Amino acid sequence: MDALIQLFDGFALAIAPMNLAFAAIGVLLGTAVGVLPGIGPALTVALLLPVTFKMDPGGSLIMFAGIYYGGMYGGSTTAILLNTPGEAASVVTALEGNKMARKGRGGPALATAAIGSFVAALIATAGLAFLAPILVKIAVKFGPWDYFGLMLIAFVTVSATFGSSPLRGLTSLAIGLWLGLIGIDQLTGQTRLAFGVPNLFDGIEVTTLAVGLFAIGEALFVASRHFYAPEKPIPISGSIWMTRKDWARSWKPWLRGAGIGFPIGALPAGGAEIPTFLSYTTERKLSKHPEEFGHGAIEGVAGPEAANNASAAGSLVPLLTLGLPTSATAAVMLAGFQQYNIQPGPLLFVQHADLVWALIASLFIANVMLLVLNLPLVGLWVQLLKIPLPWLYGGILVFATMGTIAANPSVVELLVLSAFGALGFIMRRYDYPIAPVVVGLILGPMADSQLRRALQMSLGDPMVLLQHPGSATMIVIATVALIAPFVFRGLARFRAEED
Amino acid sequence: MSFFSTRLAAAAVALFTAAAPVVAQDLELTIIAPAGAGGGWDAAARALQDTMVRTGNAKSVQVQNVPGAGGTVGLAQFVQNARGSDDQMLVGGITMVGAILTNKAPVSLSDVTPIARLTGDPLVVVVPANSPHQTLADLTAAIQSDVANTIWAGGSAGGADHILAALITQAAGADPSKVNYVAYSGGGEALAAMLGGQVTAGISGYGEWQGQIESGDLRALAISYPEPIEGIDAQPLKAQGVDVELVNWRGIFAGPEISDETKQAFSAAIENTVKSPEWQEVLTARGWTDYYAPADEFETFIASENERVGDVLRSIGLAE
Repeated sequence: MDALIQLFDGFALAIAPMNLAFAAIGVLLGTAVGVLPGIGPALTVALLLPVTFKMDPGGSLIMFAGIYYGGMYGGSTTAILLNTPGEAASVVTALEGNKMARKGRGGPALATAAIGSFVAALIATAGLAFLAPILVKIAVKFGPWDYFGLMLIAFVTVSATFGSSPLRGLTSLAIGLWLGLIGIDQLTGQTRLAFGVPNLFDGIEVTTLAVGLFAIGEALFVASRHFYAPEKPIPISGSIWMTRKDWARSWKPWLRGAGIGFPIGALPAGGAEIPTFLSYTTERKLSKHPEEFGHGAIEGVAGPEAANNASAAGSLVPLLTLGLPTSATAAVMLAGFQQYNIQPGPLLFVQHADLVWALIASLFIANVMLLVLNLPLVGLWVQLLKIPLPWLYGGILVFATMGTIAANPSVVELLVLSAFGALGFIMRRYDYPIAPVVVGLILGPMADSQLRRALQMSLGDPMVLLQHPGSATMIVIATVALIAPFVFRGLARFRAEED
Repeated sequence: MSFFSTRLAAAAVALFTAAAPVVAQDLELTIIAPAGAGGGWDAAARALQDTMVRTGNAKSVQVQNVPGAGGTVGLAQFVQNARGSDDQMLVGGITMVGAILTNKAPVSLSDVTPIARLTGDPLVVVVPANSPHQTLADLTAAIQSDVANTIWAGGSAGGADHILAALITQAAGADPSKVNYVAYSGGGEALAAMLGGQVTAGISGYGEWQGQIESGDLRALAISYPEPIEGIDAQPLKAQGVDVELVNWRGIFAGPEISDETKQAFSAAIENTVKSPEWQEVLTARGWTDYYAPADEFETFIASENERVGDVLRSIGLAE
């Protein structure tokens, strides 16, 4: 076990007091910026790069890794308590997490998110340590046709899962797909639906949409009802810790979430969002309490949160082994490596083995630190919900707006945010699910460019999608998932008539 | 170097360039990076920020990210806000020249004041390790026999990578409007397509793929620089009979209608910064190539690039 010995050497380096201190600083900073919508880990690491220029490479890379993991944790807190996802990967967490918090079960929701993140990150970091070289060989074989197949599965499962009726879910998804068309088309460089507004050329920012729909829409909705039936602050019902039943319902989703998140995160164009969607739909399908979904099912928090953190570790696979950044944070970390004249890539594990293993070891340490930091904070966080509602939602409005402005200081962005707030309010008022809009915005442009890339490479022959075994399999799965419910329903009716 | 000796050195430099009427060390600047955190312009702005302050060529520097549309959102905002300003600068480069044309932006680089060209990185033409194309001549022969089936991967549509693919296609004697170029969001994603063997050839900044070239996963056929570069085995396109050169340059600009005094102060501060040993360290660490040119030369250069890039974009149908 060569890797195991090197990992122990890595631990020896990572537990040096200075490196531990850097990991702690990183974890604290990461949690803080994860909580704030708009200010993500990418911007934080970018701001710190010039400061760390003269520091020891090991220490600062360990700190960056702490920020990355911390940011993934922090994003779930506001999503659960305030229905304000700090980043796109926490959107799904808000769905069930906030419903749980509304029922006074914010404590268990936060706890299952924290412990699930811990478990998943542990598994995924172990995967990173031992499977990276194998995984990366498979990952680069993933062609545009395969990505398109994966997107199809995500579309079909997602649109069938969210909302009270498929038609409402599809309507929301269509809005998201339409929003996803706005901006410069990546493949041709032509502008679509931007109406000459330069700020729209790069498309709609996912966090702006998520914050607008979730946070601002929610605040407006609560305010509109406040006149007739003032809501009281939510009392905490039961223990703020997880009960035996919560544990029993959480552990499988944690493991499944890690299993979905890590490999998809390791794909060069996988990302952190798709695994959270897939995990949510999986849990909903497998749950013994499907009726609880949409009203605060703990599996719906445990799975996606685990998937989200596992994908963060997964995205370090292409970064370390190929020098290929798959998220904004990974891109900035790549710049961090380069400023020390270290080139991540196939030679990294050979040329800077000590550094890589220290980094992986410190990911384990950062993970433990996050759990120690976050579990005691659960008690403190849930107190937030005791704030009188006008104050709480006033605060959310200020918070959400400031976060958006910090990420992109422009008037247009603010107008876009307000428009999405109004849209969120209307959709809530008429009972349309909100999550599919975000799903459409994220997946639409990806599916669009991957399909067209596939066709460009096959010189326009659509059969390319069925000629590759990977994409063919996934397209069949997606088709079956789409048609099967209708067929079964039809069969059931047929039998009923026979009787 | 200690803080004091840095200041002393800077003061000495300032004495030699006594022509500058505004004392450079008093500059309190905001540098706009017209891109998000993590990209090349952001890195250039932050490297400049760090080096200017460390070498004492500015008292304080802030970097502000204004992302969007190949830098044209940042440029438009800069033209509006930095008119006559003595404390704002903007980073830009060849991608912006292309983006202004393809986006039909209402502003252009002639609306701002060029201060200096800073860096110029070579682009590299690569094929996967198991590709049948051993040399550049093999690749150009493939282009001649079947343009559409020669699939290129590289950065965003209309960017430097795309332009180079079109120029090579044209030089190989094929129709540049037929070039089959698959655009990715950056060198990273395009790299995955290269390693997966899904495309014929790829173009990116040399630094981005250096690791894979050295490890033998990618075979570098040529670089786009006019002359050979020390430490890079691949030879220039020109030396291999393909009469094309393209440099991915980055530069720094000041606002429209600034005073002569401000222009001189900015120019002196940037010149002193890029001639410092600290900047050389940054260049080595980042794998950037020095391509410094002072304001006047830079202005002429932009005009010629504008024309050349415009011709290519029109030939591939991305600009009118």
